[in-house]
Amino acid sequence: MALDAETREQLISSVRRFVDERLRPIEDQVSENDAVPAEIVEEMKELGLFGISVPVEYGGLGLNMEEECLLMFELGRTSPAFRSVIGTNVGIGSQGIVMHGRQDQKEYWLPKIASGEVIISFALTEPEAGSDAASLKTTAIRDGDHYVVNGTKRFITNANKAHAFTLMARTDPKTPGAKGVSAFVIPRDIPGISIGKPEKKMGQQGAHICDVIFDNTRIPADCLLGETEGKGFVTAMQVLERGRLHISAVCMGVASRLVEDSTKYAAERKQFGAPIGNLQLVQAMLADSKMEHYAGRCMVIDAAKRRDAGEDVATESSCAKLFCSEAVGRIADRAVQIFGGAGYVADYGIERFYRDVRIFRIYEGTSQVQQVIIARNMLKEVQ
Amino acid sequence: MKVLVPVKRVVDYNVKIRVKSDQTGVDLANVKMSMNPFDEIAIEEAVRLKEAGKATEVVAVSIGVAQSTETIRTALAMGADRGILVKSDETVEPLNVAKILKGIVEAEKPDLVILGKQAIDDDSNQTGQMLAALLGWAQGTFASKIEFDGDKILLTREIDGGLQTLKLNMPTIVTADLRLNEPRYASLPNIMKAKKKPIDEKTPADYGVDVKARLEVLKVTEPPQRQAGIKVESVEQLVSKLKEAGVIG
Ligand SMILES: Cc1cc2nc3c(=O)[nH]c(=O)nc-3n(C[C@H](O)[C@H](O)[C@H](O)COP(=O)(O)OP(=O)(O)OC[C@H]3O[C@@H](n4cnc5c(N)ncnc54)[C@H](O)[C@@H]3O)c2cc1C
Repeated sequence: MALDAETREQLISSVRRFVDERLRPIEDQVSENDAVPAEIVEEMKELGLFGISVPVEYGGLGLNMEEECLLMFELGRTSPAFRSVIGTNVGIGSQGIVMHGRQDQKEYWLPKIASGEVIISFALTEPEAGSDAASLKTTAIRDGDHYVVNGTKRFITNANKAHAFTLMARTDPKTPGAKGVSAFVIPRDIPGISIGKPEKKMGQQGAHICDVIFDNTRIPADCLLGETEGKGFVTAMQVLERGRLHISAVCMGVASRLVEDSTKYAAERKQFGAPIGNLQLVQAMLADSKMEHYAGRCMVIDAAKRRDAGEDVATESSCAKLFCSEAVGRIADRAVQIFGGAGYVADYGIERFYRDVRIFRIYEGTSQVQQVIIARNMLKEVQ
Repeated sequence: MKVLVPVKRVVDYNVKIRVKSDQTGVDLANVKMSMNPFDEIAIEEAVRLKEAGKATEVVAVSIGVAQSTETIRTALAMGADRGILVKSDETVEPLNVAKILKGIVEAEKPDLVILGKQAIDDDSNQTGQMLAALLGWAQGTFASKIEFDGDKILLTREIDGGLQTLKLNMPTIVTADLRLNEPRYASLPNIMKAKKKPIDEKTPADYGVDVKARLEVLKVTEPPQRQAGIKVESVEQLVSKLKEAGVIG
């Protein structure tokens, strides 16, 4: 159920204030230490950020997609590493359970996910299965009351902090492709699960990705998500489709920050005896960034509203993810240009954003994968 | 113990305010409004008293336009139990606010009223004191610490050059200074829960108060533009510049 305007506004301003007062002052520190301080994670729990997408009956806020996106516009106004702390609980980690979990799975996991007591990761990608996720090789073979899992998952966000995983594995090795894949929700502390060292990344220091290795891991059979095998790939795709709007909103949050910073800098920095903002070539960069931010924001809101109204927004979500992730890349690039040398050195934080936003074009479906989805859906309609 | 906390809706402290061109006041069109920061501190203190088991109920009251319910909702989201809106479209001057509050105090019978020491819009710093006078209650203004000693309050106030501690009889009026506490953020779940907490709606007339203005604002102007300063190279230069300006002998 949609919130009244006043409550919605209060949620937004609470997040905005948290971002301004608690997160923005420590962006450099987080990047330098490659860690979000534990006390900030606690504050995020208290603020309720982990539970925004979990239904009210399971202890969350039960926000609709539009409301979630509005909050992500705000949370995006700082280093995206902060968003990553809650990202998997709000999005890809939890939504499989919300969409297709059994009642007992919902009751057990969702309240813990909503409070942040449990961090949950989403394990789909493998060394040899990225964009072609349906070709995944990790197996989960039924053996009495258990499944025996073998395989390696790669680049799994928050794996080093996770208490649980939404795992996609092949329960039917004889069926290649999507149909042989099932989804599971498994606790981290089962013997036979090991986590690799966090990867060294280009940006978003403070957020971590690791390998998750299953070696003859025996998981109880009731870890299967839902009732039946073979539905895992569909679940993963539905989760990712929803996640695309969340990511798009985060992109536009970062974009608004960069537009704001660029505009302020252009108004203050003087060359040739006047602010560089007076120079029309600089104005062109500002205007292009503003335009792309506005366009992206409108796309996100439109797609989210339609989704909330029950429309199928597969195409629109991919359009938004494609546009917003590419646009924030251009906006960050222009921000570096407007800041000049100051944009390239670390002190101003602009080069950090430039690196941070690069991943948005890659995960939860690369830009090329979004193009493929959009065009395929378009052609399906005329064939 | 019941605690009453008046909260005022004011221009958000982050907003760069602009004076209306006809000099009748500050431009409020499309300006972000928030709870007066000192009132946030007052609410925080009341909620902490409740969490510590000292207070049993925290009632937030706001006097002003209909949108002041938003301010009350913020107080409820921070932990107040219920709200009272006294609706008035007219500007209500401090004495009239104090008179309305007196009426509310008589109806609600709180043991403690915590107000902000002043509102950041008009900086009057009068309401708490006037309310204490109207009620004939003890008052402790500019509180930086509130403790309890039996049925009395030990209140630390920041005064020029040090701290003063007062022992006050209850019921008492307290006004909150900046360092009393650091107010919490209203958490998202509590914002949602606040929707369900009750807010009573009243009018000044319910308390027999006529809010007609007694004061007349002649004009409101922007502060004068500051002249650009100069940078000096050394202490010697600074001293000689100050001498030139006649500020030091
Ligand atoms: C920081 C980070 C966090 C991540 N978090 C998670 C996570 O939490 N969980 C998880 O499961 N995964 C996660 N991933 C993995 C991520 O989703 C994959 O990296 C991504 O899907 C791309 O897969 P790949 O790296 O194997 O690239 P590849 O699929 O090998 O792609 C390489 C290139 O080929 C292009 N390409 C591939 N297929 C096509 C096609 N059909 N048409 C046109 N071009 C194509 C791609 O667009 C790309 O340009 C994360 C990755 C990173 C870097």
